[in-house]
Amino acid sequence: MPDSPLYTVAAIAVIALTIAVVVGVGLKVLRSFRELGSDAERATYKTLHAASRAGQHLRTGLTPSGAAKASRQLRSLLGCEALAITDTSGVLAWDGGAEELKPHLMARAADVLTGGRTAVVPAGELLTVEAAAQAGASSKGRNRVKNNDIEATELAAVIAPIKAGGRVVGAVAAFAPSAGSGLVRATGEVAEWVATQVELAELDASRTLLMEAEVRALRAQISPHFIYNSLNAIASFINTDPVRARELVVEFADFTRYSFRRHGDFTTLAEELRCIDRYLLLERARFGDRVQVSLQIAPEVLSTVIPFLSLQPLVENAVRHGLEAKEGPGHISLTAHDSGAFAEVTIEDDGVGMDPDELRSMLAGHTDGDHVGLRNVDARLRQVYGEDNGLVIETAPGEGTLITMRIPKSQPHHDA
Amino acid sequence: MNPVVGIAAFVAVTLATAAIGFYGLRISRTTGDFYVASRTVPPWWNASAIGGEYLSAASFLGVAGLILLSGTDALWFPVGYTAGYLMLLLFVAAPLRRSGAYTIPDFTESRLDSKAVRRVTSLIVVMVGWLYIVPQLHGAALTIRITTGLPSWVGSVAVVVVVCLTVVAGGMRSITFVQAFQYWLKLTALAVPVIFMLLVLAGTGATPLAEPVTNPTGLPSAGLYQNMSLLVALLFGTLGLPHVLVRFYTNPDGQSARRTTLIVLGLLSVFYLFPTAYGLAGRMFAPDLAQSGQADALVLLLPGRLIGGTAGDLLSALVVAGAFAAFLSTTSGLVVSLAGVISQDVLGGSVRGFRVAALISAAVPLAFAFSTDSLALAGSVGLVFAFTASTLCPVLLLGIWWRGLTDAGAIAGMVTGAVLCGGAMVAGAIFGSAATPFWLAQPAAWSVPAAFAVMVLASRATRSRVPSTTSRVMTRLHTPERPLETVRQTAERQSVQGQSSER
Repeated sequence: MPDSPLYTVAAIAVIALTIAVVVGVGLKVLRSFRELGSDAERATYKTLHAASRAGQHLRTGLTPSGAAKASRQLRSLLGCEALAITDTSGVLAWDGGAEELKPHLMARAADVLTGGRTAVVPAGELLTVEAAAQAGASSKGRNRVKNNDIEATELAAVIAPIKAGGRVVGAVAAFAPSAGSGLVRATGEVAEWVATQVELAELDASRTLLMEAEVRALRAQISPHFIYNSLNAIASFINTDPVRARELVVEFADFTRYSFRRHGDFTTLAEELRCIDRYLLLERARFGDRVQVSLQIAPEVLSTVIPFLSLQPLVENAVRHGLEAKEGPGHISLTAHDSGAFAEVTIEDDGVGMDPDELRSMLAGHTDGDHVGLRNVDARLRQVYGEDNGLVIETAPGEGTLITMRIPKSQPHHDA
Repeated sequence: MNPVVGIAAFVAVTLATAAIGFYGLRISRTTGDFYVASRTVPPWWNASAIGGEYLSAASFLGVAGLILLSGTDALWFPVGYTAGYLMLLLFVAAPLRRSGAYTIPDFTESRLDSKAVRRVTSLIVVMVGWLYIVPQLHGAALTIRITTGLPSWVGSVAVVVVVCLTVVAGGMRSITFVQAFQYWLKLTALAVPVIFMLLVLAGTGATPLAEPVTNPTGLPSAGLYQNMSLLVALLFGTLGLPHVLVRFYTNPDGQSARRTTLIVLGLLSVFYLFPTAYGLAGRMFAPDLAQSGQADALVLLLPGRLIGGTAGDLLSALVVAGAFAAFLSTTSGLVVSLAGVISQDVLGGSVRGFRVAALISAAVPLAFAFSTDSLALAGSVGLVFAFTASTLCPVLLLGIWWRGLTDAGAIAGMVTGAVLCGGAMVAGAIFGSAATPFWLAQPAAWSVPAAFAVMVLASRATRSRVPSTTSRVMTRLHTPERPLETVRQTAERQSVQGQSSER
């Protein structure tokens, strides 16, 4: 075998690895050089750091996996032998030793969960009598708590309720050799802190629901003007050109069928373009040769998933504000092409244009203009793809309008 | 060779590529044309584009060179390069298209519901891409040096500059057209000179300098292990090539993705006949190239040697044009996909970010290409395949076909594969080729199974981490789409249903 390729690739790999290591070490060194501060500052930092780490895990609410990770942080925060998090029906997570207490915890926590008050179980009373006897018998043998020599029977427990939104949703239980007032207060605070996180999680969930509802409410609808105008235009052909009138009615039916469909918030660019084609056919029946359209579509982007009815309102806007308000023929050009990981769609007209300031305040939702369609599309794009991916509109009075839309091609979570 | 020929060929290919890139989209003015403009890319067209992007310096120059050097053993390269698509067809093409993911990091993130997996995958994709671009630049350097006599760095820089300009200026708007054109250009550039050479040889009855079976260098041939390991690398490596997988997104659905792959298989099989012919002709008429270490230049030099004069110059120009088409198409395909990954993960996905990322993803391999030196193009590309097969292939295959994969398992497997395969490459460099044991020179045979094993075992060990979205994602990957029907058909079907339900 020839030797040089090995050498090449290996050299490259060495360089790549070296760069990675240097960058990694550099970041570590930078981090360690930071000012660490006084003892009090460090203690504050440690506490807040543990709390924020635990908080991340609780952001999805009281789930077994999140609670398991959070309990580790919370135990180090309280400095107790073991820490458990329960919901109303069972133990979600247990961190630390003395796992043999686990089956008995729910019985002890029942009062806390119904009464909503912190309970202290002194050392030795955690187990029921017979269980204690059993545990005592076995502890003579090998069943000792790992890592230290405190037996499970000698642990006291503090059980504090997690109250979110006025009701008890679970409990935090801390186990230590003695349940001093310090531990009781700290456990109560931790439970309250967990409750805040749970409430935040609920807030998150309702925000997601709200966003979904908003997207659904924003789902574009075709404008009533268009229906009225199209039907009038078709009516004018019924006597003069019945064949064309029939074709137009069929097109109109297809168009409405697409725009009234109920399922799915997403479609492909190809389908949306097909809808735009129908729409333009109907507008052409009204405007005749005044509508001139040119298209430049890269086939790669046709299967891109886009929000349902997100292009048609832009074309309608171009027709209404680019043509209706203007003498003589108007030209609309529509392009779609690849732009890295995005598909870029532009719609340009040479009509009367818009006042940028007015447009800005309309898009921000301060004023209601006649560009409601634009605002709707813009809001939906921002909602779905993030604030950076709204419409980009370049316009000035009398100068026409150019609207650019960038859609990420990769949308594994959206079905067309 | 006349230096003007090389430069003219390079300029012509560049201009043609740029022209198609910028103006390749047809402008339609009437709604009648609309359907033509908005029709999705037909599979054979997309297949040509995949072929165009896939056939790199290794295929165009390297395969013939290797056949000249090591005879029939080198045939495993074209076999592996082509057969990899069979694996792609069977296991990856359709599900990956249905996933809706555009890049491999997108896929792993959505499949395993984990940002960490995405970061690891992105890192590996970028490494693979860079490793793959370097041989292209070496090929360009070689071609410029042989054909024009200019210093070899001119070739690498020229390719990088052209690619950066077209990508940054938005010249890849119609990338499918560009790449499809490149495939047919490459095929013509190899096929026409071969036919002429055969005609000339048959006419003059030239006597061969050596028998095709004689080994011009006398180096020992590769053993069974090397060939099997190479085949493993090529078969599985094709599954993870970032620039190839991106092309499948152009297919409208999973079914057409499969059809495309089938056509790619055919196109590649036809293409590889010609480098083989060059290699054998080279063994008979130009064995001295192998002795002087210029085996990779065989394709460029052979037409000029066998057919002198203007005809020879013209045929050489054609071959040089094809070679540059190979460097440009593969490099630009890789730069576009790398820039996509880098800009999305590091620079926030803006237009500006994409341009910066494109410059980075072309400049880094250029630096590598300057600092290293390579002649055996097919071999170094083969090692990149081994790296891909040990890292991205396991995560794709298991991600698509095994519900039990977890994020921890995927990361463990990818890191294992990268360390083993990368380590073997580094060790090979340290020992030098003569001292490298054969199993280290071709690591795929053990690094690929190791990566798979670690991925499976680590996933088993972290069974609780199987993402809750698994069922949904798997359903999406494996449920065939309803066949695309025209809206009119749907309307008719629904109106029929409507009537029947009224009754």
